[in-house]
Amino acid sequence: MEKEITGAKIVIDAFRNEGVDRIFGYPGGAVIPIFDELYNATDIKVILTRHEQGAVHAADGYARSTGKVGVVIVTSGPGATNTITGIATAKMDSVPLIVISGQVKTGLIGSDSFQETDMVGLTRPITKHNYLVNHIEELPHILKEAFYIARTGRPGPVAIDIPVDISVAKLKDYKYPDSVNLPGYKPVYEGNVKQIKKAADEISKAERPLLYIGGGIVMSNAHQEVRELAKRTNIPVVSTLMGLGSFESNHKLFLGMPGMHGTYAANHALMECDLLIAVGVRFDDRVTGNLKTFATKATVIHIDIDPAEIGKNVKVHIPIVGDAKKVLTKLIEYVKPRQRSNWNDNVEAWKREYPLKYNQKEKREILPQYVIDSLNGIVPEDTIIVTDVGQHQMWAAQYYKYKYPKTLLTSGGLGTMGYGLPAAIGAAIGNPDKTVILISGDGSIQMNIQELATAHLNCVNVKILIMNNAYLGMVRQWQDLFWDRRYSSTCLKRNINCPDVCDGSHKKCPEYYCPDFIKLADSYYIKGYRVENPDDVVPTLKEIVSFKGPALVEFAVHREENVFPMVPAGKSLNEILVDDWR
Amino acid sequence: MQEKHSIVVTAINKPGVLARISSLITQRGYNIENVIGTATEDPNIYKLNFGIRGTDEQIEKIVKQLNKLIDVIKVEDISHKKNFIIREYLVIKVRATNSKRTDIFELIDVFRAKILDVSKTWITIELSGPPRKISRFIELLLPFGIQQYIRSGEIALRE
Ligand SMILES: Cc1ncc(C[n+]2csc(CCOP(=O)(O)OP(=O)(O)O)c2C)c(N)n1
Repeated sequence: MEKEITGAKIVIDAFRNEGVDRIFGYPGGAVIPIFDELYNATDIKVILTRHEQGAVHAADGYARSTGKVGVVIVTSGPGATNTITGIATAKMDSVPLIVISGQVKTGLIGSDSFQETDMVGLTRPITKHNYLVNHIEELPHILKEAFYIARTGRPGPVAIDIPVDISVAKLKDYKYPDSVNLPGYKPVYEGNVKQIKKAADEISKAERPLLYIGGGIVMSNAHQEVRELAKRTNIPVVSTLMGLGSFESNHKLFLGMPGMHGTYAANHALMECDLLIAVGVRFDDRVTGNLKTFATKATVIHIDIDPAEIGKNVKVHIPIVGDAKKVLTKLIEYVKPRQRSNWNDNVEAWKREYPLKYNQKEKREILPQYVIDSLNGIVPEDTIIVTDVGQHQMWAAQYYKYKYPKTLLTSGGLGTMGYGLPAAIGAAIGNPDKTVILISGDGSIQMNIQELATAHLNCVNVKILIMNNAYLGMVRQWQDLFWDRRYSSTCLKRNINCPDVCDGSHKKCPEYYCPDFIKLADSYYIKGYRVENPDDVVPTLKEIVSFKGPALVEFAVHREENVFPMVPAGKSLNEILVDDWR
Repeated sequence: MQEKHSIVVTAINKPGVLARISSLITQRGYNIENVIGTATEDPNIYKLNFGIRGTDEQIEKIVKQLNKLIDVIKVEDISHKKNFIIREYLVIKVRATNSKRTDIFELIDVFRAKILDVSKTWITIELSGPPRKISRFIELLLPFGIQQYIRSGEIALRE
């Protein structure tokens, strides 16, 4: 390395040392020096999005689909504040990101100077850790620590705020550190063997054991181990939204997703099991429903890398802190093979009796479930499915058959509409040989629609499927079921000529939809399709996966289709509505 | 049962460390009732003593969350622990007309408190000791008329 080196050069050197070759960003005054360095760094490609939120979600999609750290660079002030939703999304789903924001000169900090914002204060509750660089001497260590913290333990986003004078300042005798010194940060990877043996013991005693797996399995690459454990012991498996893909969706032992829009079998299994083996999950309220009645018959084993998750929502009998892969490997060693039992027959009967269902036959309108179900068998096996947030997200979780981990990217914890398009672009950039399917809603897609430009300009292989119901469907569903069909502010067709009150049955409903997605796609040089007839669904899907590069398909779907099953918020999992009861 | 808990946090002495700790606590829905924080014999190490109210279970969760902070080295709930010396400091200004003065002096004597300032109508007193002693002292001074007082909050040191 050179004897004297600028802050900006240190940043680039850190990227090289950490194996970063893709960056998502948006420039501005406070980060010109860093972008200037990137200008010559041909080994590090910068993807210029059209909004900072898009940059963060893209880095997030890149990180979730590749397992690498996603890196973002934005400017100070508005550039920095535009990243907040993206950072919070990544934090809730434990995604490793480095978000570098420019800051005003050190001498101006605290004076409300132009484009100054307290980034460290803003991101404190939504990052795993964050830094303001005060002196150039600190920069190398901060960068080293940031990458280490982001990707180790329970991963998460780390923000680094770099004042512009530090980017141009020079440091003598620079060397990128090869180790970190963090006395307060020591993630535990190896589970306690005694506890693991106890867990194995409980498994051999249990009559109605159930494996409950989540995003932690994806994060620690423990899918092989989960599969082996389940198959050795014939224990049925339920997976959270974040865990989908860790276990083959069409496996006999797989009961589906539990929770609010989970399957009857998964929810009843949770209620009835006498041993719950929870791995890499956090007992989110969308999964547990009413905590008071959740899995009350079960001894609970909880395996998680984050000690703060254990016992947070549910009382745990055998806590095991550690990395899911390591703990499961050990557990498989100790666990005795288990034969199929009545319990297996029972849960499989539930699965048969209450399957997920929709009825497209004899319907003139397209059902969104049918579109998603049709993807099975048409798209390549290793396709990456990305979703936005709403009904379409739940149908994507229910009807697509996942085979591999990291093939579903979705904002689970924060539920961020607008996540999908940029995340899909990020995933496509990280996986240039794969097909990426974005399943979005007409509401969500408009929250980061500007990234169509990024999709086109980078020629990403993203197929955008918009389930156009002209509603903010998921909210409308709640209004339909629990608010007396008072469709307040959920109709996306509504214009100034509409009557004050409309539950969707009014005659004078505007004919057209705004925007015209096909014209919009066209103006971004992306091929657009509009599908209105169920017979055209399969041919269109086949066509768009036959070529590389982006495509947009708008499906005019049945406007008031609801997601079932449903456990109404706060209810017990056995108070599940399998069907529209009205 | 909701009780006041005394927490001692040992952390790296970095700018913003107090903000990190306090914002985490409020973010999780708790209020810091008293707090005292300072560097220690090792200038790189910062110690924070604070009090929050909650059940044992709630406090255990907060302790786990605090432990997740990268700059936090150690967190202890010392409420039920015996091997800690716990002290608090008080400055109090009490109404002391001629007729009441000797009574107050007597209390000062018994509690081994110290007079900081005396005027025609007020006496300012300082006292340090276990929190219960401080509370008792205040309680006994109450009938004389307290103009104002300030308590430091607890500091704790392992025996
Ligand atoms: C940024 C953001 N704002 C609001 C919400 C609340 N919300 C959840 S689902 C939903 C409707 C989504 O509509 P759409 O994208 O059309 O999908 P659909 O439910 O119709 O499939 C809304 C508004 C949210 N999750 N995120």
